Amino acid sequence: MTADVISSPATDALEAGVRRGLYDAMVLSRTYEEAILREYHADKGPGFDIGKGLVPGEMHLSAGQEPVAAGVCAHLTTDDAVTATHRPHHFAICHGMDLDKMTAEIFGRVDGLGRGRGGHMHLFDPATHFSCSGIIAEGYPPALGAAFAFQRRGTDRIAVAVTGEGAANQGAFHESLNLAALWKLPVVFVVEDNDWAISVARDDSTAIPNNADRAAAYGMPGERVEDNDVEAVYAAAGRAVARARAGDGPSLIEVHTLRLWGHFEGDAQGYRPELAEVPEHDPIPRYEAALREAGVLDDGGVSETKERASARVEAAIEFAKASPVPDPSTVLDYVFA
Amino acid sequence: MTMTETPAQTRRLNTSKAMVEAIAQEMRANPEVFYLGEDVGAYGGIFSSTTGLLDEFGPSRIIDTPISETGFIGLAVGAATEGMRPIAELMFADFMGVCLDQIYNHMAKIHFESGGNVKVPMVLTTATGGGYSDGAQHSQCLWGMFAHLPGMKVVVPSMPADAKGLMAAAIRDDSPVVYMFHKGVMGLPWMAKNPRTTDVVPEGDYVVPIGKAAVAREGTDASIVTISLSVHHALDVAEKLAEEGLSIEVLDLRSLVPLDREAVLASVAKTGRLVVVDEDYHSFGMSGEVVASVADVDPGLFRAPPQRVAVPDIPIPYAHALEYAALPRHDRIEAAVRTVLG
Ligand SMILES: Cc1ncc(C[n+]2csc(CCOP(=O)(O)OP(=O)(O)O)c2C)c(N)n1
Repeated sequence: MTADVISSPATDALEAGVRRGLYDAMVLSRTYEEAILREYHADKGPGFDIGKGLVPGEMHLSAGQEPVAAGVCAHLTTDDAVTATHRPHHFAICHGMDLDKMTAEIFGRVDGLGRGRGGHMHLFDPATHFSCSGIIAEGYPPALGAAFAFQRRGTDRIAVAVTGEGAANQGAFHESLNLAALWKLPVVFVVEDNDWAISVARDDSTAIPNNADRAAAYGMPGERVEDNDVEAVYAAAGRAVARARAGDGPSLIEVHTLRLWGHFEGDAQGYRPELAEVPEHDPIPRYEAALREAGVLDDGGVSETKERASARVEAAIEFAKASPVPDPSTVLDYVFA
Repeated sequence: MTMTETPAQTRRLNTSKAMVEAIAQEMRANPEVFYLGEDVGAYGGIFSSTTGLLDEFGPSRIIDTPISETGFIGLAVGAATEGMRPIAELMFADFMGVCLDQIYNHMAKIHFESGGNVKVPMVLTTATGGGYSDGAQHSQCLWGMFAHLPGMKVVVPSMPADAKGLMAAAIRDDSPVVYMFHKGVMGLPWMAKNPRTTDVVPEGDYVVPIGKAAVAREGTDASIVTISLSVHHALDVAEKLAEEGLSIEVLDLRSLVPLDREAVLASVAKTGRLVVVDEDYHSFGMSGEVVASVADVDPGLFRAPPQRVAVPDIPIPYAHALEYAALPRHDRIEAAVRTVLG
């Protein structure tokens, strides 16, 4: 069995409302990442000191990967769980996380999701059942547990587990696929193939070209979506989510996506031969053009979406900056419940 | 401690049955509790940690897993964050290497990283300890490693009643608890055992609070502070020395996290002489921590330099003669007590 490879958009055009929703979600996510990029680099100088500034530490931004999050999360409600990675913002945003609390956490403030204890790789949000892990592939097993709880309670809630293609070579990835299939857990496994695991190209790390083929080894459907096409992601995720909600068990979707920027901020990407061409593959202008052509979007619609996104994001940044820095005297709090 | 049954009980159980009784009682009371691990179903746990539970609760709550410790311990973490109360069994503590990430980076940190917004109410049960020639990969205690890593409580019962009461407390705790049972305290019919591994165990609801040491034997001349199977050895030594008129106190820590430093201080304040016995490795572990608990606060309490009896910093050997030279057995404990007595 070889996994299906979806390389052309669905023939039946999606409803205009759905298409607009996908576009809006991608723009909100991109607008957010651009704002974090700006804030992150605003005060790292002179030179680049990773520990300096209002947003210190490693910063893995998701620009270019919005089609994956938008296409998958369009099928979810905030009752469904998402476990994401070290690069979590696009999934958090598309899953409906409160941007104020999320941003305050990234700024390390008391109104953040983790009151400044977590940071950008450790966003835990009970309101949207969202979590992430900075340890590659280790976000998969907890997704099984959320799915297990949903299944036990007789609900049709599901869990979505996200990793990069680099993570597909980790033991936790394979243990999780087997266990989820064995117990028919309502999980959708999503692999974001952005060609690179930091500086290691997927062909230098992975024995087969298509991680969706690995699904067959665990007796579950696998689909690979080419072209970073949000509507193809939406279609594949729709099938996988429906299967999970119906109690038929897990599926695996790999999306060939794009890392528009560096692995993390400060990455000069000297290892990346295709660097010069990367911007022309940006999925958002491409989708915008397609929607204009289809008559779903016009100048007014585009600026409305962008202005709304920008206002929302800037409000979140303001909220974060206004939130107090945690009091050092509270450093011992929250170790135990 | 709550005890709803009438006092003066005489019913005796071995440690494994006491542990299982607590699990069964908590499972009856709370449908969110379930137990998963390798060979915990029909086999009843390789070290009898789940004997009979499958019959009562069925395979949906007593769950045999694939040999995927990262997968199923991580599953427990996720289920706990969604409000269930999983008990996941790591067959031997020695196997922590294949799944430690889910334990210390996920189970133990999510509550902190979430600023207290997400709880992880789960229990990780695991068998520890040597003494039966199982070699370097199946004989370790390793509680010092778990205790070193913040965010998980670590309980290590030595006596049947505590095995029950601490298990009930662990399941009810809103924080993750690592429950480490030494194979040698379980009372298994196929392993040498101390007669103390069968003892009176209260029936009904019985909870022992986590973080409180127990004075296993009162004494005034020297304190042996220890945990798990070594409590049994220490009591044997104290009984023997009593015949010489020596009064040795034995303090059973019962948990390493939280560590009952007050109880250690109180005992050493009384005796002025401290022997720490630990079946874990000597350096960077429990024995040093216990000594520091006194030294940090009031080093003047020591009337003699404290002694540590632990596994010297070597892997646990296989051959019986070598293993027993490495483990903190009676002869080494007795010698250390005589040293502090001067
Ligand atoms: C277990 C583990 N090993 C290594 C790392 C360091 N690391 C962080 S991100 C990364 C690359 C991950 O690549 P991929 O899974 O493809 O995700 P991407 O960064 O491309 O989104 C590595 C090696 C880690 N965080 N965890």
